[in-house]
Amino acid sequence: MSMLHTVNKSPFESNGLRSCLAHASKGDTVLLIEDGVYAALKGTAVSGDLWRCRIDVKFCVLGADLAARGLDKGRLIDGIRVVDYGGFVDLVTEHGRTQAWL
Amino acid sequence: MAEAAKSGAAPAPAKAKKKFLYVNRKAPYGTIYALESLEVVLIAAAFEQEVSLAFLDDGVFQLSKGQDTAGIGMKCFAPTYRALGDFGVTKLYVEKEALSERGLTVEDLQQVTYEDENDGFKAKPSIVLIDRAALAKVMAEQDVILSF
Repeated sequence: MSMLHTVNKSPFESNGLRSCLAHASKGDTVLLIEDGVYAALKGTAVSGDLWRCRIDVKFCVLGADLAARGLDKGRLIDGIRVVDYGGFVDLVTEHGRTQAWL
Repeated sequence: MAEAAKSGAAPAPAKAKKKFLYVNRKAPYGTIYALESLEVVLIAAAFEQEVSLAFLDDGVFQLSKGQDTAGIGMKCFAPTYRALGDFGVTKLYVEKEALSERGLTVEDLQQVTYEDENDGFKAKPSIVLIDRAALAKVMAEQDVILSF
């Protein structure tokens, strides 16, 4: 059964995202929330990490956390889906388990 | 203390003002550091010290333009940076390397200006783009560095 991973720390400050990607399995979803949303930006020092995983893992990002930080959707890596809080709940129910990479 | 006095180390002369640098290295909202830094900056500025701010690492995200926190139920403190000029805080050093590592340019930051009282109160930019080596020099010139 697939897993939903949440990452809430900036990838420039913590290795939570890297560890998450190293442990995620094919068919899993990674939801970026809070300071984790910075990982969704294209053209950064960590963009390549997400890009390499995009075939096996789906990426979502919480829209409210993007807006709070002034990040426009046009600056996201292609293929990342923006969800609202309802979408967050849907993701939890669609996946068997949820793992938070704090 | 007594030994230092004996060895001839004279106490530093009292200065009217000290140079304070606030070093901001955290993104806003995910932690409380950015907001706390702003609060303390305003206190120091009220005591008429020479205050400047440095933004490096994830701290550069604090100045992103277009921040809208309605969806996360937190106070949006981004506009406060634009008020710093009125408190005599006119230098916001932003590290170039930190911007580029995050895919940002100065165009992604909000405009912050101050009115220059020595130049007919003309509006001048507060944000100073500076490279890492130059920022290290700025740090070395300070009397007090406070880290957030």
